[in-house]
Amino acid sequence: MTSTPLTPGTPPPPPPPPPPGAAQAPMLNVSDTSGIPFWRLVLVEFRKSYDTRAGMWLLIAIGILVGLVEAFVLIMSLVHSSQVYLTDFGFIGTGLGSLLLPVLAVMLVTTEWSQRSAMVSFALEPRRIKIVMAKWLVAIVWVLVTLVVMWAFAVVMTAIAAVAQPDLTSWSGTSGSLPAFLPTVLDQILTMTIGFALGALLLNTPAAIVVFFLYWYLLPGVLAAIGAIRPWLAHALEWINFRVAMSPFLDGSIHTGEQWGKILVSAFLWIALPLGFGIWRILRAEVK
Amino acid sequence: MITVDHLTKTYGAFAAVDDVSFQCRPGRVTGFLGPNGAGKSTTMRVMVGLTPPTRGSVTIGGVKYADIPNPGRHVGVLLDASAQHKGRTGREILRLAAMTMGLPGQRVDQMLEVVGLTPTESKRRLRNYSLGMMQRLGIAHALLGDPQVLILDEPANGLDPAGIRWMRSLLKEYADRGGTVLLSSHLLNEVELIADEMILIGQGRIVAHGDKAALLASRRGTATSLVTSLDNHALGTALAGAGFGVQPRGHGLQVGATTEQVGRVALSAQVVLTDLRDGGATLEDLFLELTSTAQRDAIGATS
Ligand SMILES: Nc1ncnc2c1ncn2[C@@H]1O[C@H](COP(=O)(O)OP(=O)(O)OP(=O)(O)O)[C@@H](O)[C@H]1O
Ligand SMILES: [Mg+2]
Repeated sequence: MTSTPLTPGTPPPPPPPPPPGAAQAPMLNVSDTSGIPFWRLVLVEFRKSYDTRAGMWLLIAIGILVGLVEAFVLIMSLVHSSQVYLTDFGFIGTGLGSLLLPVLAVMLVTTEWSQRSAMVSFALEPRRIKIVMAKWLVAIVWVLVTLVVMWAFAVVMTAIAAVAQPDLTSWSGTSGSLPAFLPTVLDQILTMTIGFALGALLLNTPAAIVVFFLYWYLLPGVLAAIGAIRPWLAHALEWINFRVAMSPFLDGSIHTGEQWGKILVSAFLWIALPLGFGIWRILRAEVK
Repeated sequence: MITVDHLTKTYGAFAAVDDVSFQCRPGRVTGFLGPNGAGKSTTMRVMVGLTPPTRGSVTIGGVKYADIPNPGRHVGVLLDASAQHKGRTGREILRLAAMTMGLPGQRVDQMLEVVGLTPTESKRRLRNYSLGMMQRLGIAHALLGDPQVLILDEPANGLDPAGIRWMRSLLKEYADRGGTVLLSSHLLNEVELIADEMILIGQGRIVAHGDKAALLASRRGTATSLVTSLDNHALGTALAGAGFGVQPRGHGLQVGATTEQVGRVALSAQVVLTDLRDGGATLEDLFLELTSTAQRDAIGATS
């Protein structure tokens, strides 16, 4: 080996010639190593979602909040001797879920950046898309777990009401039927995915959460205000209002192709677009 | 084993890594040396696919890092020991990595023992770790998958003297068993003791390359001596008159001549010497000189 010293200011030496035998440079034998199976990444990401205090407390907080609100509603109903429906509790639960699960989804993505653990995750699995997909799947698992817990709460609350005021308690919905189960699940997953997409797009916990809440609380009002100017504007805006577009799907009154079209267009705008850009950003980002 | 080929990484107009090429071979510890901001970490991030290169490429054993299946089983990486969730315990961090790589759980305990983290320490959360403990955990993380290649960015950072000595022997043994080790540092003494080969980088460019002897041999052409006498002024004048470069240094003079030449001049000038020794460049001098254009001090002093 030789070295080429320099005096400051002169151009650097040409790169050293490859040592003799560089042609048969030692090869890494990767033939008997198999890649990391996707299910293992899902397990790892699932574990990561609850193995920190922050993650664990967010999950517990979701449960406690749903329980508290439903208990409050139950108590108020009993005090006022008003009619109690099983589905009311279900609605309260899913309403809270659409607010809290997107936050969980945001944090699944953004904590890797705020804590800089993405450096390790992506060094262990350079096929970053697999980790992103594993995280999304984990978020879906938590949506399902939350729904199950919510309905368990709802059943318990209704049972208590049924004991306390049997005549005023109904095990069915307000309109006599239970809300369609699958559309609710799908709606929760899609709403969660908006949070997930914003997290991926912004890679910053507070920013993503703030944008999600702006979307959730402010956007319907803004769209309504704009729509109030001209009827045709209101009509056009229905195509980008995802929450409004989803409502016929949720109450089972979806019939026309236009209704489906509105869901597709607004979902593209609020889910596919941010998710696409977000994933593109994660795949290309310099991680440090 | 690691081949860096004309690697360039620019941020806007600034080249953090500028046309860098080198190789690290199995069975050897390669030291990657350079002052702050020289581009060491950037080069290492490119190696493991965390930073996309602007130009050029890096392969590990002929394979791009991103194409290595389950890379943790082949390449151990420590870039920044603090880049982990602060709310996880040390054990949990290793456990997640072991799960990802498909390793049995007892590998975690083994590695904790290797790096000297006690069971109680391993159950503390990372935010409560000391700098050195975090570094040990990072080393355990890199060794977990029993890799053939180690890429370590400032591994001795924060280790106590015993820890540094331990790490040195660990890496030496690892290389003796045929492993490839690349470690970066800006502490020359630390690298000098373990590295079989050194790559000096300054301002994103490789300025010298080779083992310690070769690096020092390259400086032989310019002999220097350090001399102190009872009359430095007279001696300096005599030496300058004999055509040697003379500079004051400390209590004495630094002369561009061999000790014998200085002795002869002193004899004829009849000056009594109190100290005369070979001031041949140490590795540190070499390092400072080669990277001086990148040295913040030098820049401050000359401008
Ligand atoms: N995103 C960026 N934009 C602009 N400059 C950057 C960016 N990232 C790194 N740099 C610059 O690239 C140079 C190389 O940084 P690098 O971290 O590789 O240095 P280093 O050799 O590891 O230094 P140290 O010994 O201090 O760790 C620095 O000047 C740094 O400021
Ligand atoms: Mg660095």
